[in-house]
Amino acid sequence: MSAADGGATADGGTDRGAAGRSAARPLLLAGGRVLDPSQGLDVAVGDVLLVDGRVAHAGARVSAPDGAEVVDCTGLVVSPGFVDVHCHLREPGREDVETIATGARAAAAGGFTAVCAMPNTDPVTDNQAAVGFIARQAQRADAARVHPIGAITLGQKGERLAEFGEMVAAGAVAVSDDGKPVVSAQIMRTALEYARAFGIPVADHCEEPTLAHGGAMNEGVVSMKLGLKGIPSEAEEIMAIRDILLARRTGGHVHLCHMSTRGSVELIRWGKERGIRVTAEVCPHHLSLTEHEVEGYRTNAKMNPPLRTADDVAALQEAVRDGTIDVVATDHAPHHYDEKEREFADAPNGIVGLETALGVLVTWLVDPGILTYAQLVDRMACAPARIFNLPGGTLRSGAVGDVTVFDPTRAWTVDPARFRSKGRNTPYAGRTLRGRALVTVVGGRVVHRDAAPAGRA
Amino acid sequence: MTAARPADRPRAAAPVRLGKDLLALEPLSSEQIQLVLDTAEPFKEISERAIKKVPTLRGQTVVNLFFEASTRTRISFEFAEKRMSADTVSIAASGSSVQKGETLVDTARNLEAMRIDMVVVRHGSSGAAQFLAERIESNVVNAGDGTHEHPTQGLLDLLTLRDHFGSLTGRRVCIVGDVLHSRVARSNVWGLKKMGAEVGVCAPRSLLPNAIDELGVEVFDRVEAAIEWAEALNVLRLQLERMQAGYIPSLREYNRVFGVTRERLDRAPRDVLILHPGPMNRGVEIDSDVADGPHSVILDQVTNGVAVRMAVLYLLAGGRPELAEAAKGGAS
Repeated sequence: MSAADGGATADGGTDRGAAGRSAARPLLLAGGRVLDPSQGLDVAVGDVLLVDGRVAHAGARVSAPDGAEVVDCTGLVVSPGFVDVHCHLREPGREDVETIATGARAAAAGGFTAVCAMPNTDPVTDNQAAVGFIARQAQRADAARVHPIGAITLGQKGERLAEFGEMVAAGAVAVSDDGKPVVSAQIMRTALEYARAFGIPVADHCEEPTLAHGGAMNEGVVSMKLGLKGIPSEAEEIMAIRDILLARRTGGHVHLCHMSTRGSVELIRWGKERGIRVTAEVCPHHLSLTEHEVEGYRTNAKMNPPLRTADDVAALQEAVRDGTIDVVATDHAPHHYDEKEREFADAPNGIVGLETALGVLVTWLVDPGILTYAQLVDRMACAPARIFNLPGGTLRSGAVGDVTVFDPTRAWTVDPARFRSKGRNTPYAGRTLRGRALVTVVGGRVVHRDAAPAGRA
Repeated sequence: MTAARPADRPRAAAPVRLGKDLLALEPLSSEQIQLVLDTAEPFKEISERAIKKVPTLRGQTVVNLFFEASTRTRISFEFAEKRMSADTVSIAASGSSVQKGETLVDTARNLEAMRIDMVVVRHGSSGAAQFLAERIESNVVNAGDGTHEHPTQGLLDLLTLRDHFGSLTGRRVCIVGDVLHSRVARSNVWGLKKMGAEVGVCAPRSLLPNAIDELGVEVFDRVEAAIEWAEALNVLRLQLERMQAGYIPSLREYNRVFGVTRERLDRAPRDVLILHPGPMNRGVEIDSDVADGPHSVILDQVTNGVAVRMAVLYLLAGGRPELAEAAKGGAS
């Protein structure tokens, strides 16, 4: 891949601005496979032209306008930028493990043009000032867009609703108490009702706390052998069906985070068949790994919800294929090295995911023929933008110029030391994946270019 | 391949070894378990001598690192070490390493820096022994990790059963009690199955792992049925905390429904051998007249514990089983 310098117009260095600000020069992504499921577009060799930060053209070949920067995308896929509706950027509170800036750069490196930051920060992002802080830090980061998610309840304590309206006005795109379930069904019901005024989804971390209490991994044969307390599938499924039923009652939009079991898939299918406003996400790790990863007490395989069984993985793969599960989200959760380097039961939950998501999905879902590239782009770009009502997710003319260029076949080996994220906690370390983002464009400007040598592996 | 070898020639198989650590019985082969049990036999005799000491581990430094309270297991290891002339230090680190402030990995590195040879570790977290073993050069012996395994207890139970039955093959052994939280139960299940015994478990389902049916063991909902089936019962301690945590309604009812009582044993079609890893709750999981009765081998287990631990330490230190007899030298 090469980037030809197409003209003399300079950035001037004055507008190093932020995601979403207009680019000074037109950008032509030339000669790639232009793939945009949002409009049924799949052109084997085509161009995408971005002017003034917006999509001016996507489809057939065009000639570069004067002064345009031209990026040769031969052999690459050019798609709407990936959108992650679920990540943890740890700022404010744990800037030692991630900041909005490092998270936004990790996102861009993974091909994400926008991510949604969960509010379980310290202090909790549960008011307009806190939401505004995230939005400002994101502007400074000048990488992927970062959309704040506000808390459902004050302090994520599950007691009193946070001020959804003010948070939305400050930039929040959804509400969630992620990291914890909304234990009270009455609070969840009220949140779904109240959120309707603002047209935002209520994203729930489905975990029945008394069943899951003290659990460190999936409950089953492996947990029995390892002597680790298990979390049964039902802990997730009981809350999933509760939320679906409350969405039916209220007409609110419930979004179920990180679904991990076959039972949850069946419940979501049940809800969608009845026209209930339920959407759902699944993480790359739940689509690729099983509870056996935990064997040897590997803390980088510890997350919540836990890795489940091969049967669950198969059900989730089918659900993301048939659209029962709408989107893939990373649940990117950086932790300090020391925090994972300890007894399994004491290690924190979570793994980083922004920089491995594409490779994991290509390797485990596209290569074996479960997903097409068009479906992959839909689940990673179009559907997330649509269900969270975010800019992007499409290459229609006039849309924001958020584009991902990826090499669908490039093989690369995961080396956590090379992550942009401060987090190194990944179960994929040392594995060879296929599929890698090479150029990430936000608002018509290149915010990430892959540093790896060009060419196919 | 081996097919061409004459049948009458002894196999030149690779010698069976235990490896660097003893962390669990699950990964061991039956040959490895056999090796420990066979090695323990000559060590039994040492504890019967007037002068209970051999020079086998002279110059070896062993640290007993106990993050959880233990009397019986710690003392058993200490005797095993001292009777083999090892230099030993016992550390009772109360509370978890997290509460203590120092991480487990730092504790391990500090010990290693003092140039030790072996660590015997007891810890409340499953996997702690393996965690340590992967990070230090010294041999690690798991003296019980969380609800995972307690391999030397499993081995001493096997040795005690073997003493009585001669062979474990086809013998029916039932583990009675809190299998869900028991590391002893896990080590017993693996050890017994590998040695060819039939394994049963009996407890209220609330104290059995949900996936127990996938272990290939007989599951008995009623202790009467277990007693009718079994040739030996390994009765587990029922901890008071289980009642407080709501797994069973009361100790009183537990004894009435699941207690191993003389009355129940009297109805058994045969004599049933009684084992208990201790410490016992007399009148809860086991009645006194059973624990002290003619078919109880509970104190034999304790005696065998020292011999098994001597064998384990000896094998990890690099000793070869055929030398175990000779290793007793010096004092004989």
